[in-house]
Amino acid sequence: MAALQQKAKEQIVEICRKYKDEPTPLMVILSEVQTEYGYIPLEVQEVISEETHIPVAEIYGVVTFYSFFSLKPKGKYVIGVCLGTACYVKGSQAIIDKFCDLLKIQPGETTEDGLFTISALRCIGACSLAPACSINGKVYPTLTVDKVQGIIDEYKKEASV
Amino acid sequence: MQKIDSFKKLEEEIRINSEKLVAKYDGKDGFRTIAMCTDTGCEATHALDVYAEFEKQIKEKHLENNTRLAHVGCFGLCSQGPFVKIYPEETLYRLVKVEDVEKIVDQDIIGKKVVEELLYEDINTHEKIRKLEDIPFYKKQVKIALHGCGVINQESLDESLGCDGFKGLKKALSMTPQEVIDEVLASGLRGRGGGGFPTGRKWQFAKNSVSDEKYVICNGDEGDPGAFMDRSVLEGNAFEVIEGMMIAGYAIGAQNGYFYVRAEYPKAVERLKNAIKLMNERGLLGDNILGTDFSFRAHIRLGAGAFVCGEETALINSIQGQRGMPRPRPPFPAVKGLWDKPSIVNNVETLANIPYILREGASSFNKLGTEKSKGTKVFALGGKVRNVGLVEVPMGVTLRELVYDIGGGVPNGKKFKAIQTGGPSGGCLTEKDLDVPIDYDNLIARGSMMGSGGAIVMDEDNCMVDVAKFYMEFICDESCGKCTPCRIGTKRVLEILNKIVSGNGEMEDIEALRDLADTMRDGALCALGQTAANPVLSTMANFMDEYVEHIKDKTCRAHVCKSLMQYVIDPELCKKCSKCARNCPVECISGVPGKEPYVIDQSKCIKCGTCYSVCPFGAISKR
Repeated sequence: MAALQQKAKEQIVEICRKYKDEPTPLMVILSEVQTEYGYIPLEVQEVISEETHIPVAEIYGVVTFYSFFSLKPKGKYVIGVCLGTACYVKGSQAIIDKFCDLLKIQPGETTEDGLFTISALRCIGACSLAPACSINGKVYPTLTVDKVQGIIDEYKKEASV
Repeated sequence: MQKIDSFKKLEEEIRINSEKLVAKYDGKDGFRTIAMCTDTGCEATHALDVYAEFEKQIKEKHLENNTRLAHVGCFGLCSQGPFVKIYPEETLYRLVKVEDVEKIVDQDIIGKKVVEELLYEDINTHEKIRKLEDIPFYKKQVKIALHGCGVINQESLDESLGCDGFKGLKKALSMTPQEVIDEVLASGLRGRGGGGFPTGRKWQFAKNSVSDEKYVICNGDEGDPGAFMDRSVLEGNAFEVIEGMMIAGYAIGAQNGYFYVRAEYPKAVERLKNAIKLMNERGLLGDNILGTDFSFRAHIRLGAGAFVCGEETALINSIQGQRGMPRPRPPFPAVKGLWDKPSIVNNVETLANIPYILREGASSFNKLGTEKSKGTKVFALGGKVRNVGLVEVPMGVTLRELVYDIGGGVPNGKKFKAIQTGGPSGGCLTEKDLDVPIDYDNLIARGSMMGSGGAIVMDEDNCMVDVAKFYMEFICDESCGKCTPCRIGTKRVLEILNKIVSGNGEMEDIEALRDLADTMRDGALCALGQTAANPVLSTMANFMDEYVEHIKDKTCRAHVCKSLMQYVIDPELCKKCSKCARNCPVECISGVPGKEPYVIDQSKCIKCGTCYSVCPFGAISKR
């Protein structure tokens, strides 16, 4: 608990209290904490537990069940490569392989500099633009292996300014 | 903001807004209207930049007094986006880029002359087509669930009212709840999420359950990889889905409705929030709606990336703040659902059909379709097909019409191999199934299922064993782990498939796959596990020769499975330029520039395909 700064704790408490009149608000709280902080470590789960009186064990069970919730911080840019059917039949496996190859990490991992996380997504609903990836919500349509380096460079450049 | 608190006021609003909506497009006020789809598909191809450029040009060229810009929902033919539609002529431009905007403004808006090169071109005749309805892709379509998409501003309650909005609700509130259910039963509507259970019967069960509180849940957890129908419906006309939910609430006696939407669909969630807010402000949600005794509130809950939450009991657990695991049924949610109260779970598209059924009558709805499947179905047509996009067709059209007449066939001169429907629970259908009219029962009889509407076309470049492996990886990842047949069964099936694609398969594996499939079907707790083996069974049924080739001949005819293919340089075609060798990451290509043709050392090759893509002479082939 000591690791969590007072200010961060207050914000989490605030999120919990915002939904105190909702029946069974755990998913809503976790979604908002994930969006605000990027991850939900054990210290944060303890605060949520105190506020909602839900045992930490139960919260941990929920956090680890859903792929949207993360125990570890994600990179500044989350590269979600779509491996939905439409993208897969159009070669998205080669696209994610290229991202992994160039960034030297595996899907689910984050680069050492904390810039990039690669995640394999199951359909982002952009099937008409297959193969596609989504970086922090921005969709990159009709990818080819050759475009991958350029996309990474674009974000490296953005991060350096 | 004036409340709409009586039937009379609603009628008045509908009248005024219908006139306004017609006037927006008919040009009688001297205005031309430039309508653009700005939903997820077109946004990704920079529709918002195009929109901003139009804004800029209109301002710079002082056209504000006779030109207006409008946001609308999805036109459907997403692979040709961004779209620009000019009213009143209804000229449709496609694949519009920022640099095309000036030309459209100068030539069409100012000069009133069509920009031919931006019109849709027929893929066979190469004839230019000016109007949307003349494009073959749209000819067989009938819009019921997608009503209003591509016409109304997605964020305007007024425009929804101008586009038949809430006429269905008004009709429903003038009937008894039982009469509403009877109408839905008579329409023959079946659940559009995949199962195909008659919607009216589900409602009847929930209505018959006695309780102080009941719930309507809208399942927007569209997890089938390759499907985006529900996203487009929610983005294009969320008002209509809420209206459908309210009618369901009135019919079963519920006062609260929950939307459960995937977190991967931020725009759909935003639209839904906006629609609920506007309806609350105007009194269309809340207490005593339209001056009746009916009160209803709508809430939104987000999914968090778990496919199994599309299963209704898992979805309910998720809303309840628990792990999204299914529980045995019975009791069915209609008896004991959300917070143990009677609840119905209906899919987005199902609810989007309801306003039409009430507004136009069950007989208008059930005259479309086949004997046991009425109305229309929205498909997300994707994969190896020329026209990729969202399609709403009457039940009973054939797969051939879907793939060839609407989809335009397979591109690049490749041969059609299969169409996968029903997602990870469905199966592959082949050439021999193409003339079957699409309905729930026909697809099941052919070894697939309707599913939520994903329809992925595959060509000769797709390996069917690899496709089966793809689905099994998905299901294995998404299995919640609660029941043993699914948790262990999917893992074992995946291991066997991996063994086969890596060239270590044995003929006994085929039997083992069948055995595991039977166990899962009979023993798994929910539909996810019971149907998990379907993609494997249907590819085995239709493409056993490919399985046998992988196992006995150690070859993959589509050259997809890396362990079973090689890159080979044809010495006749090799111009000895050394480009392949220079680009090879593992330096396994040798030769002498200008003198000796290059050769790949197969023992070192990692099959990355770099040489294949860099060779300027097409001398490298897959074998």
